[in-house]
This record gives sequence, C-alpha cells and structure tokens, in this order.
Amino acid sequence: MEDFFELAGNKFRSRLIVGTGKYKDFAETKRAIEVSGAEIVTVAVRRVNITDPNKENLLDYLDPKKYTILPNTAGCYNADEAVRTCRLAREAGVGKLVKLEVIGDDRTLFPDVPATLDAAKILVKEGFIVLPYITDDPITAKKLEDIGCAAVMPLAAPIGSGLGIRNPYNIRIILEYAKVPVIVDAGVGTASDAAVAMEMGCAGVLMNTAIASAKDPILMAEAMRQGVEAGRKAFLAGRIPKKLYATASSPLDGMLN
Amino acid sequence: MKIKINGEEKQIADGLSINALLESLKIRPGRVVVERNRDIVQRDSFGATMLVEGDALEIVHFVGGG
Repeated sequence: MEDFFELAGNKFRSRLIVGTGKYKDFAETKRAIEVSGAEIVTVAVRRVNITDPNKENLLDYLDPKKYTILPNTAGCYNADEAVRTCRLAREAGVGKLVKLEVIGDDRTLFPDVPATLDAAKILVKEGFIVLPYITDDPITAKKLEDIGCAAVMPLAAPIGSGLGIRNPYNIRIILEYAKVPVIVDAGVGTASDAAVAMEMGCAGVLMNTAIASAKDPILMAEAMRQGVEAGRKAFLAGRIPKKLYATASSPLDGMLN
Repeated sequence: MKIKINGEEKQIADGLSINALLESLKIRPGRVVVERNRDIVQRDSFGATMLVEGDALEIVHFVGGG
C-alpha cells in the first residue's frame, strides 16, 4: 500500500523527521539519519567559528539533494530573531521550509506563543513554508493554521525531556481540528512514544535527543523508524475498541464434552 | 581598517571584498551566508561587495540542531 506523507505539495515516504544535534561527530549523525530512514532533517543556523573555520561542515555529510533540509530557529527568543534566522537560512539555498520555534524560557524551552504567531505571519507573507513548534494547545494550532502554516507541531513534552505524550487529549483535539498535518515535535523518549503519536493519527514525529542521546544512537534510530512505521500502520489498520470483558479468540463450538 | 565579524572586532586590510575576506579566513563561500549591517549579501555579490570601516558582518552556516 502506498502511503505518503504530504507536506506543502511534497511527498515523503518517511514520517520520521530527525534532528542533527548532539551526535558525537558528523559520521555518527550521518549513519543515524541513514538508519532512521528520515528524509527531512533539521539543522540550526549559527555563526561560523572564524578562528577555526577549517572544520568540516554538516552539509558535507548530509547531501541537500538527498535530504530535505529543515532549518530551525532554535535559540531565538523573539519574533525578530526568528525571522532574521529564517531569512539567513533561506539564503543558504536549501529551500523555503523552516521550523519556527520562538522560545519563551530557557528552563522549559516552551514556546512563546504570541511571538510565534507574530513570526509566522511575517514568514508566511514572505513565502516561507512554516512549520511551527507549539505547545499542545488546539487554539494556537488553529490560529497558526489560519495564518497559513503548512503544518502544526505540538510538543509531546518539553524538548529533550523524553517524557512522551503528556496530554494525549489535547493532541486528539488538535488532530480533530487540523486540516494541515500535525507533527509531534519534541519530548519523545523511546520508540513506543513515537508509535503512540502515530497511532493517534499524527502525520509525523520530529525528534532529536531521543536518538542522539541514546546509549546506542544508531540502534535507537532503527527503533524509532520501526516505531513510527508500526504506529502508522496500526492507525491505518484501525484498532479494535477497548472492552472491559473478555472475548474468546477460539471457537466455542466443537469443544470436547 | 576595523570591522566586526560575528560580534568580534577585527583588523583587516583595506579594500577587501567579502570574497577576499572569506578567502583570507579560509571559509568556503558556498557553505556560508553573510549578513552585512543586517542586510543579507547574496552569494553572487560576494566578489563585488567591498567592505568599509565599521561594517558589521555575520557569517553563519548550518550546524547540527533539532
């Protein structure tokens, strides 16, 4: 069965979007991403170290012809910084896709919602394909969709926390309301967390720490790939209803008397 | 002349283009984006853009992130 993840007119086979931070080196980054099967990878925009510029570049390991590069605005604390970062990222020539995150506070890394809305308005107007990181709030999700964001990306739990989906009811409401893809972004800890998100009907899952900081990132990348695939298939297959009492699996007829 | 590069004051030769500056810093132009006094400089203008005293440059690239 053909099942594509459609995002702003592009089709992807993989529903797992992975970050490129926190790996021990670029070789491990590359290997983990290959094993994860991800086709979209997030990157950050930072100053070049001008005293040691000869270091290798991430894009030497991640061919932008092979992967869709999704620059983020991580570390931006207001709309201006986020918009500026997106403009710089676009100039790098990897497309118009941006992961918008405007951080509200460095302990929780929860988004600053009003600033995210402000930045999204400007970026959409400038032709960016905006994927905003948001709290699991259906109203914010709806507002961002109305602004013209190509997807909404509610967090499962705080970035890097590994807690899994903390409020499945809100994610369900976001899913019910949304006409754009819903991607769970941040807070996933292990493969079952990713599977849960997909079983609920999310279009995809975005993660970084859960893979990069696992004891064996390459093996976890494979587990996440399978978790996302299993969850997606279970969603499409349609699970049985939950019941309080047993229903026998073996026939009741033909028993020995 | 003095300019600011990524927030740090640097003494550079007069009459350098952005291309020449990147070359002197051993930075590959194809992998970076340059902002000069808050305006993005398009890559095909790196050669023609001459730096002047007091310019503030940001030279950025992609790094690992989530």
